[in-house]
Amino acid sequence: MEESIANAGVATSLGCSEVSREVVNDFSITFSTINGSGSATANLTIMRAIFKMGIPVSGKNIFPSNIKGLPTWFTIRLSKDGFLGYTEKSEIVVVMNPQTFARDLATVKPGGVIFYTDEYKGPIERGDVVAYPMPVKKLAKETDIPANLRDYIENVVYIGILAQMLGIDFERIYQAFETHFQGKKKAVDSNFEVVRRAAKWAEENLEKRDPYRVAPMNLTDGMILGSGNAAAALGSIFGGIQFSAWYPITPSSSIAESLNEYLPMFRKAADGKATYAVVQAEDEISAVGMTVGAGWAGLRAMTATSGPGLSLMAEYLGLAYYAEVPLVVWNVQRVGPSTGLPTRTAQGDVTFSYFISHGDTKYIILIPSTLKECFEFGWQSLDIAERFQTPVLVLSDLDLGMNYWISAPFEYPDRPMDRGKILWEEDLEKMIERCQGKWGRYLDVDGDGIPYRTVMGNRHPRSGYFARGTGHDDFGKYTELPEDWEKGMKRLALKFETARAVLPEPEIRTLQGAQIGIIAYGTTHDAVEEARYLLKKEGILTNYLRIRALPFSKEVSQFVERHQRVYVVELNFDGQMKQVLSAEMPMLAHKLRSVAKVDGMPFSAECIVRMLLSQEERP
Amino acid sequence: MIEHVVDGAKATNQIGLTRADYRGVQSTLCPGCGHMSIANQIVNACYELNLVPEQVVKFSGIGCSSKSPTYFLGRSFGFNGLHGRMPSLATGASFADTSVEILAISGDGDTASIGMGQFKHCMRRNTPMVYIVENNGVYGLTKGQYSATTEQGIQLRKYGKTKFMPVDICLEALASNATFVARSFAGDPKQVKELIKAAIKHSGVAVLDIISPCVTFHNLETSLHSYVGGKGHEVPLHDIAYVPLLDEITVDDFETGTIKEVALHDGGHIVLKKLGEDYDPFSRAQAFHILEEAHRKNWLVTGLIYVDPDEKNLHDLFNLVDTPLNRLKEEHLRPPSDMIDVANQLMQ
Ligand SMILES: Cc1ncc(C[n+]2csc(CCOP(=O)(O)OP(=O)(O)O)c2C)c(N)n1
Ligand code: SF4
Ligand SMILES: [Mg+2]
Repeated sequence: MEESIANAGVATSLGCSEVSREVVNDFSITFSTINGSGSATANLTIMRAIFKMGIPVSGKNIFPSNIKGLPTWFTIRLSKDGFLGYTEKSEIVVVMNPQTFARDLATVKPGGVIFYTDEYKGPIERGDVVAYPMPVKKLAKETDIPANLRDYIENVVYIGILAQMLGIDFERIYQAFETHFQGKKKAVDSNFEVVRRAAKWAEENLEKRDPYRVAPMNLTDGMILGSGNAAAALGSIFGGIQFSAWYPITPSSSIAESLNEYLPMFRKAADGKATYAVVQAEDEISAVGMTVGAGWAGLRAMTATSGPGLSLMAEYLGLAYYAEVPLVVWNVQRVGPSTGLPTRTAQGDVTFSYFISHGDTKYIILIPSTLKECFEFGWQSLDIAERFQTPVLVLSDLDLGMNYWISAPFEYPDRPMDRGKILWEEDLEKMIERCQGKWGRYLDVDGDGIPYRTVMGNRHPRSGYFARGTGHDDFGKYTELPEDWEKGMKRLALKFETARAVLPEPEIRTLQGAQIGIIAYGTTHDAVEEARYLLKKEGILTNYLRIRALPFSKEVSQFVERHQRVYVVELNFDGQMKQVLSAEMPMLAHKLRSVAKVDGMPFSAECIVRMLLSQEERP
Repeated sequence: MIEHVVDGAKATNQIGLTRADYRGVQSTLCPGCGHMSIANQIVNACYELNLVPEQVVKFSGIGCSSKSPTYFLGRSFGFNGLHGRMPSLATGASFADTSVEILAISGDGDTASIGMGQFKHCMRRNTPMVYIVENNGVYGLTKGQYSATTEQGIQLRKYGKTKFMPVDICLEALASNATFVARSFAGDPKQVKELIKAAIKHSGVAVLDIISPCVTFHNLETSLHSYVGGKGHEVPLHDIAYVPLLDEITVDDFETGTIKEVALHDGGHIVLKKLGEDYDPFSRAQAFHILEEAHRKNWLVTGLIYVDPDEKNLHDLFNLVDTPLNRLKEEHLRPPSDMIDVANQLMQ
């Protein structure tokens, strides 16, 4: 247990910062652009440059379900204290889309700044905001960039203006371009030249009238910056993934795309041949079917999807649960039911994922909060699936999967791969000897509910068995006897209990004297930590338990027991984790209160504080 | 086929196994069900091909047909999957060890209704497997509803006349670029057996649409799916035999032009002996044509309808290491520790 509030691995000063005129490294910038205009490069470049300046930073994309033409927003938050959660309003807003000017102006925090394209000619109806017009069209035209790239170059122009006005280090911008263009010098130089010219224009034409500034720090030394989906793919690769089948769906597609990009870098055999296969299936039923087939046949197998796809996977997951097939399913959640808000984030699949499929099924669930955990759960999920011979679901979400996060660097797996109880020819021979000739695929030899398994290709004449979803006995033989069915279900339940104790344990953070508990999981983490900081300033001390796996370990009920009341913070309408907690610890359910909402946006710290305080006021 | 008989012991094949070594558990199908006669021919084909049972892996969907894999090759691995979604299961598993033979059993409901999507994608991927559809034109296991292959206007006991045009599984396979398409009839066991052998030796996907009468729910003489109807309307395209590498083919037949040969990757051949009209199984155009003609004339056309023995299969496209993937060890699978820096470098 750690006595602290901490975020993104950055230590936080729990005292209030000195209030001064200048605001250094503690604000958000929102870029309002048009989908498909190429603004991503510009936004990522600014974010990377700030990261390379040593300042904690995050980047969140709020994008429409559209390819080209609709408004889209990207918010960079920089925080010297390491608070990188979502903010509802930004101190600085950059408006490249004249159509959204009025709406964007309303989102500027009082005393904030608006940079805007001078194509907007209307009034600026807020006296508390500093406004800087930017002649982006004119500046873009002055470059010798081909006309078809001008839309894109207009975005590069604002990098230069912002860099000049906020003090972003030009050398770092150059390096950020190098990262983005993967060292292609011509692209780097021509983009950088545009930045230079725009900065020069700003220097000569804009007078700084706002307090916001960035200044170098050293808080990101050795840290990494990226998206959870890329981290998930890399983690799976270090977990020895051998097979993945998938079907495109936002926000999970970039897991498979990252596998395709990174596998050849990490996993080519000496002769250049592949030790893996990634297949784009015809739908999610096929994606999970292939993954179940591969897992059954002894491959480390994973598929990635989101809610609608998971719905299609339900029947196969039930079969895999009952036939005891290892596989991993990453569910990168978005807002549903149905297509819902497909490009917005939520934690709405908790109960569905935990109990998916008909009959009595239940699944091991891992819930990462950070890039580093996406990596760790990437490899650990494959170990856990093989160890327990069961589907493991990893619950990520759009915010973690597709947005940009900083984190402590990945660490090499600290233990050898766990292939579970798999028997090849010689192992099987020994097992048969050990059991005096008795051998069955579903025999509970060790009393932990986990049987031994053989896989196809094994040449031992007693290795083969017929896997099935129909009732089967210890030897895999068809049976309809009531006692056989019950015995099988009991063993599966025992296996699940065995898992409880060895899954990633919850993370607990305490403050001396706190009576109130908070339970959260996944991407609400940053906002929860910041909320605890804000609550502390109000004199309300909280302890915090972050769930990292289901089924819960005993620490979770102990935590609830220790507190007068516990707020369960989650990004869904029904308070799904609270439902699960209440069902698993009915005697403690009266202590649980819900801080749950879903509207497409991540939780902000302010929102958590608001929702929590409104319940504190009630007796 | 050489059978070895030593000192009055049971006959064995070249790898010393008896036919019993290829059998499974006692069937629970209705006596006379076409599916069981196909199961018997699978036993015979595997025995005659000297396959090691552990080197064959069985897959199936759900249905009476899909239950049948337990009635043959009892020593083999198998996986009875979901209704209509067997192809994906087999496809995923196939990557684990590309040296095994995959033998997949499905029904007409399993393939042509709920499983049509997976069936067609399995064809277009040229997944190396034998895909047998035990086609009885009815849902056996759920007791007699019409299936997508029931002919239009057939009277079923409980469900009245079928309203719609049937699906032709061979046509669907052809349209999806299958590389081996054959039709047979459970009442013609020799042809079934030879086609199974040829299909096993084909390097890509091999579809066998075998008319397999359901004696309980759909054995009306008026239907091609019955024993009597099938027998009466069968039009074999050729006499078919699979000839392994070492067996010789008589030259005479070649000279008279009555024999066509399909060279397979294992060195063996499919030998097709002309019966009536000349038929070229390498021609997709002829294949479509004969299926269309059969439909018009109410023929049960059987034999090797189409084959392309040279098309790359699914595994060829993945450039996999030679060791079966499922035998790779940690040192092949987990990148070395210094690669963690490379991973961190990617996240900047
Ligand atoms: C998802 C799902 N839907 C429905 C069923 C019920 N069901 C079992 S077998 C079957 C039809 C099987 O027909 P066919 O494939 O032709 O096999 P046959 O019994 O005729 O050999 C159906 C609808 C099921 N098992 N799963
Ligand atoms: S119901 Fe029909 S298909 Fe099923 S076992 Fe009986 S005869 Fe065969
Ligand atoms: Mg049928």
